[in-house]
Amino acid sequence: MSAFIEVKNVWQTYGDQVVLENLNISVAEGEFCTLVGTSGCGKSTFLRLLLGQEVPSKGQILLGGKQLVGEPDSSRGVVFQRYSVFPHLSVLNNVALGLELPRAPLFGRLFGQAKRDAREQAAELLKKVGLGHALDKYPTQLSGGMQQRLAIAQALIMQPRVLLLDEPFGALDPGIRKDMHELLLELWRETKLTVFMVTHDLSEGFTLGTRLMVFDKVRHDPHAPNAYGARITYDIPLNPDRRATRAAVEALPAHVTGSLHAVYQGA
Amino acid sequence: MRLINRHPDGAGRLLLILLPFALLLFAYFTGSAARLADNPNDKLLPSAVQMSDAVKRMAFTEDKRSGGYLLWQDTASSLQRLGMGLGIAAIVGLCLGIAAGTLPLFNAPLSPLLTVLSMVPPLAILPILFIVFGLGELSKVMLIVIGITPVLARDLEQRAREIPPELLIKAQTLGASTWTLILRVILPQLLPRLLIALRLVLGSAWLFLIAAEAIASTDGLGYRVFLVRRYMAMDVILPYVAWITLLAWLMDLGLKRLTQLAFPWYEGAKA
Repeated sequence: MSAFIEVKNVWQTYGDQVVLENLNISVAEGEFCTLVGTSGCGKSTFLRLLLGQEVPSKGQILLGGKQLVGEPDSSRGVVFQRYSVFPHLSVLNNVALGLELPRAPLFGRLFGQAKRDAREQAAELLKKVGLGHALDKYPTQLSGGMQQRLAIAQALIMQPRVLLLDEPFGALDPGIRKDMHELLLELWRETKLTVFMVTHDLSEGFTLGTRLMVFDKVRHDPHAPNAYGARITYDIPLNPDRRATRAAVEALPAHVTGSLHAVYQGA
Repeated sequence: MRLINRHPDGAGRLLLILLPFALLLFAYFTGSAARLADNPNDKLLPSAVQMSDAVKRMAFTEDKRSGGYLLWQDTASSLQRLGMGLGIAAIVGLCLGIAAGTLPLFNAPLSPLLTVLSMVPPLAILPILFIVFGLGELSKVMLIVIGITPVLARDLEQRAREIPPELLIKAQTLGASTWTLILRVILPQLLPRLLIALRLVLGSAWLFLIAAEAIASTDGLGYRVFLVRRYMAMDVILPYVAWITLLAWLMDLGLKRLTQLAFPWYEGAKA
């Protein structure tokens, strides 16, 4: 598999503070990368770089061979730990918004048949993530786990090539977290998504990922704690069975795999 | 039980709400009766009968000179000025607040300017308004607009900045441009806050309205109150003040209900 995302010699510094130093990795399309490390070691910073929320101080990031756009756009979906969904929109409209915004540059909303189609497509996806019963509710009426399901559905309606997750299940109960893992893996299997997920939970990182990256500082200067940044100290391939399945699916001809994505095309 | 843990029950609560009002009325009418017993021609604290006579005269009897009913004419012209002032201020304040609170390029020139402008005492520039806009309706409406727009704009700017940056990023990943992001995310989240800000500036708006009417006008609630002051007509002034208070309270209540009705998501989202 060729490199889908290439990180070349990337440094991120804020004034004197070096957060990331000399990152060099390449990730194939369809990998599920989990990023772990201590607090403040730069894994979330790395995610923000991939998102385009920040621009690297040095080096470059290539997405599909092209320089990454320096601001968030619809090629990369994101789910944060909190504030991922819009409180003023119903569950259905939260997801339909992603279909309306790109197609309605003037009003930001669709009308008539186009609107009905968008809502139908959004409802389809919401049923899939287990929110079919709550289409007309507002996000604040949902539990934390349901809100994150909504946030994932909202990101996936755009059919992004990359999904970035910043501790998405950090605030959830262990039981709910397990359900969410199943949902996420199911969605990952059905799409060609490349996932980057920041997590504090090491076992979560091992269970979900096909590749685990550990961020840590290799050099320390006790007199200048900010002088050195973190690197990726371990880069471990995981869950070889899922990697193999994914590779086999990729090898199939397109007319077979195409049907797997049908639900996202609003079947 | 400690005082902090004692809660009034339903009937007790209602009683406690009404009690201070009842006490105020009682104090007034006791004082009024005492003064009138001393001197039946006393004008300072008119009795309930004198005031209801005045209300009959102002509200339900045709004025001999103009042929209209004064209270209703005054009310209509005052509310028209107030409504126009509040409406214009709300729209301008919303636009300025969104621009300054959302777009960093607009924040730099706008935010310090709004801070300085909100410090200008509006009543001090009332003479300028009369000179520039004349003594007609425009200068009175402009006083309200100038008085409350900076306050609204600064409040909404602050509220716009409180919208979590995650939401703005999320909207961009959903394909929003700056314009559609403002239209579909910022604006709907700020509208309930605009209504709340309007409730808070309602008092100032009435103050500016009455000040402008007192100085240069031929009708309006503020004009009437200041006109009859010459005859020490407390029997007219007091019902007028009560009527203005009632109107302001109803407007406040209306805005509150409107917020609840139009933005049912808002109460839950504040937490």
